[in-house]
Amino acid sequence: MSTVTRYTYYPGCTSETTAVEFGRSTEAVCEALDIELVELDDWNCCGASSAHTLDHELGLALPGRNVALAQEAGRDMVIPCPACYQHCRDADIRMREDESWREKMERILHFQYEGSARPRHLLEVLSNDLDEDKLKEMVTKPLKGLKVASYYGCVLVRPPELTGWDDPEHPMTMDRLMGLLGAEIIDWSYKVDCCGASMTLSRGDIVAELSTKIVEGAAEAGADCIVSACGMCEINLDTRQSLTAGEKMPVFYLTELMALAFDLPDVEKWLRRHSVDPRPLLRKRGLL
Amino acid sequence: MNDTMALGEEAPVVATDLTFSDTVQRRGGEDIRSCFYCQKCTAGCPTAYIMDVKPAQLLRMIQLGNREKVLSSRAIWMCIGCEACGTRCPNQIRLAPVMDALRQMALDEGYAPETAIYSLHRSFLDSIRLWGRMHEVTMLAEFKTRELLTEFPVFFQGLLGDMKLGADLFLSGKLAFIPDRIKRMEEIKALYREASSAPSQDPEVSE
Repeated sequence: MSTVTRYTYYPGCTSETTAVEFGRSTEAVCEALDIELVELDDWNCCGASSAHTLDHELGLALPGRNVALAQEAGRDMVIPCPACYQHCRDADIRMREDESWREKMERILHFQYEGSARPRHLLEVLSNDLDEDKLKEMVTKPLKGLKVASYYGCVLVRPPELTGWDDPEHPMTMDRLMGLLGAEIIDWSYKVDCCGASMTLSRGDIVAELSTKIVEGAAEAGADCIVSACGMCEINLDTRQSLTAGEKMPVFYLTELMALAFDLPDVEKWLRRHSVDPRPLLRKRGLL
Repeated sequence: MNDTMALGEEAPVVATDLTFSDTVQRRGGEDIRSCFYCQKCTAGCPTAYIMDVKPAQLLRMIQLGNREKVLSSRAIWMCIGCEACGTRCPNQIRLAPVMDALRQMALDEGYAPETAIYSLHRSFLDSIRLWGRMHEVTMLAEFKTRELLTEFPVFFQGLLGDMKLGADLFLSGKLAFIPDRIKRMEEIKALYREASSAPSQDPEVSE
């Protein structure tokens, strides 16, 4: 017998564009796990790095509108993008704790803050709300022999007072999940280093430097791929790695590897869109 | 002039503005005075290698009231906001919101921003103001136009690489040409109008 769990879903801007594989695989995996994602109606951009960089208050106000909209359904709000997640958490906490800010937001958006829609990251929901046995049951194609370095990046785990559901320096949530899928977990030193994020467009040189260091770190530790829970990290590592030696390293979204282990259709359709084609590696491991 | 200071070098006291650290402390919301200069923030900062003033030095300069040097530094534009410093600080000082405050003060007071970084963020915010969501193609068009107008040589330097990346993304179906506009734009406009702590126009640089 299976029961459906329902959440409000905040897809974020990149889920239809640069991280479309993350969006599609998130929806497919959740459906397979009886998690119903109800898209938040009329959601807006959280402001990403840009709002808080130039305008501190706007950086709290934009995600604040999403938290306000999600209240109506009164369910937890699942967010796949770590930056959207961190900003929505920040906005929620600020409205809860700062009375004058809350009143200001209530006045502009004509609503009453109740705090009934907790912003949560997809990885945290998959790890904490899901029955481990149910997950194991779904794994029909264990990722045997695939050496995976789990990469968390920055704002998924930092700052701990906003996102503290795992260790900010040595998180293990994604590693454990990969272990349940049958993959070989690689211990490595760069799992919480920063890829350069939004600087990819304004200062590509910095992002190439940081992303390459991360990919080299994974290769040194013996990984044959990296798994990420972020649309920005994935595209930076995938498109900006410039290795001096060795083959380029494939970078997956965690939900793509879950879909692969669940043997869901469409996996190849997503993988085809990556800059570093992961399919040769998966064929070598007998997984495609 | 070489602005780069070596690690461990004492920040020179040029001019002391006694109100500066109070203002930064208030606007950034962090207890800057508790920094005892262990330099852990500098050691763990992913972009310290490219900063003219390192994170710990910046904090010391704020304590000493060196407004000019802090607000004109390139460093405040090089912070990505990765929160490594704030997570590791023994005094729980989060530098990311402090950097946000410093950038806004720099813009308010007419200090020139790092052009490419500023242009990207401004184009991004303009995109949200237009559509309610970020639309890559129109956002990039504005960013590239800004680069062409402000940094003519840089525009061509990056153009080929950017065009290749753009073409790759387009071919893999990752760029949408038609923007997706949200329904209640009046709410976004109200947030830009009433919940903003910074001017939405480009700064008038006094140099």
